[in-house]
Amino acid sequence: MSLIPGLAVAYPELILAIGALALLVWGAFAPKTYILVGWAAVAVLIGAAVMAATQPFGRAFAGGLVFDAGAAFAKVAIYVASAICIPLGQRWFQRRGVINFEFPILILIAALGMGMMASSGDLISLYVGVELHSLALYVLAAMHRDNARASEAGLKYFVLGALSSGLLLYGASLIYGFAGSVVFSDIAVAVKGGAHVGVLFGLIFLICGLAFKVSAAPFHMWTPDVYEGAPTPVVAFFAAAPKLAAMVLFARVLGQGFAGAVPQWQQVLVTIGLISIAVGAFAGLAQKNLKRLWAYSSIANIGYALLGLASGDAQGVQAMLMFMILYMVDVTGFFACLAALSRQGRSMETIDDMAGLIKEQPGIALAMTAFSLSALGLPPFSGFWAKFYVFKAAIHAGLAPAAVAGLVGSVVAAFYYLRLIKVMWFDAGVGATDKPPFEARFIGVALGLFTFPVVWVALHWLDPLAATAAHAFGLV
Amino acid sequence: MEIGLQHYLAVAAILFTIGVFGIFVNRKNIIVILMSIELILLAVNINLVAFSVYLGNVVGQVFAMFVLTVAAAEAAVGLAILVTFFRNRGDIAVDDASMMKG
Repeated sequence: MSLIPGLAVAYPELILAIGALALLVWGAFAPKTYILVGWAAVAVLIGAAVMAATQPFGRAFAGGLVFDAGAAFAKVAIYVASAICIPLGQRWFQRRGVINFEFPILILIAALGMGMMASSGDLISLYVGVELHSLALYVLAAMHRDNARASEAGLKYFVLGALSSGLLLYGASLIYGFAGSVVFSDIAVAVKGGAHVGVLFGLIFLICGLAFKVSAAPFHMWTPDVYEGAPTPVVAFFAAAPKLAAMVLFARVLGQGFAGAVPQWQQVLVTIGLISIAVGAFAGLAQKNLKRLWAYSSIANIGYALLGLASGDAQGVQAMLMFMILYMVDVTGFFACLAALSRQGRSMETIDDMAGLIKEQPGIALAMTAFSLSALGLPPFSGFWAKFYVFKAAIHAGLAPAAVAGLVGSVVAAFYYLRLIKVMWFDAGVGATDKPPFEARFIGVALGLFTFPVVWVALHWLDPLAATAAHAFGLV
Repeated sequence: MEIGLQHYLAVAAILFTIGVFGIFVNRKNIIVILMSIELILLAVNINLVAFSVYLGNVVGQVFAMFVLTVAAAEAAVGLAILVTFFRNRGDIAVDDASMMKG
């Protein structure tokens, strides 16, 4: 195998890696131009997305890096979602007097790691991808470094993230030992016709480690604290793209490596998924802080995505991909709106802060209403279609009881979304909100428009793309 | 007695368990948590190298090299975050990391 064809498969990664290093040097020598560094990082991400959308498929580095329809789909979504957060975050930090050029560069490095996760073909590139994105995310969570809450969030995220990497790695070492290879396609051969108990033991550890990364219950304990403490635009970033990357990685390991052990991992995923839905729905009821509330909402939503994946067929993977894309729009948009809002220089983060928002900031309040109704799964909004795909796949795979339980969880969660809407529309406000920054408001309102009218058009081309992508994961 | 694969796996499993317990049971110092994380990664390395020799396949040792490198990067990031935490709070006791609850 020669090196150059291998490099051709890795063009998006190369663009990001070289771009991140070049911008780091630029930022170090001209720190005053940090806004330009941010826009250059956006350009690098868009370049990588265009490359990922157009380059031919292939495998490289002895099967370690796989570029197929699934990787292309996930990478474009990841890079675009990362690019959106850069202008959002820069303005937010600027308004709080924190000047840093590292923020866009860390996002680039995280996007590089997430792209590697989406196209990893063996356990080594899986681990390196996961660590690359995690290390960048730990630093991003603690980015607001004069803020005690942010550094506590970074510390908690680091400790529990490192533990989850340890679990994942221990599982990977057992799989390597008992299956005899680290490449997923070779593991699939070893697992065919009954997996060794050591391999299954390793698989359970691997699933636990990844469940930490997607914050599925019972491995969710870091999520509410990290979401509450980390800067809002950073939360907008890591509630969306890293979750998609980890779910795609889940699909890749389970589909390409463990297609022969579907019954074994199916029950694990259904259990984790249902626990997540229950924890997200019930624990969310008691929350007053909106960032914490949406942390529990994201736990519940990851439960639905896992339920889709648990179907164990291409339809299930397609449901998971559609769900994650549509959910990413909701969560990025919601946190963009939250990042736009402040009252006399102080961030508005509790539900009570939102009282009477419809009179003060009608555009943002309407967008937040749309995101809440969408996350709740109300019919005209995009979230309805997301859940529709998941439940259809689950029922098709004979998981009807789990789908019904998921529906009940969704009804319980409706309470806290509707409470937020009631407070925004009908409670009396205090007034005196600041003028929202242009970027955050634009992103919030644009994504809000996506959840309702635009999604009806977008579904026509998202659906076939997700279907093609889903068939690349080796599950039929 | 000949020392075989299962002995190495047993040592690694014990180290791994000590590491996990070190994270959850420790109520004193965050540095101890960092040490526990290192212990977990080293347990994995013992596993990988033992399997590599047992299978006669060098990939496990390559994997162990990657793990060592990443462990160093992880410790650097962890200590950096710990420094910012210390600057804000003036202490690194585990019980202090409890501004947010619920």
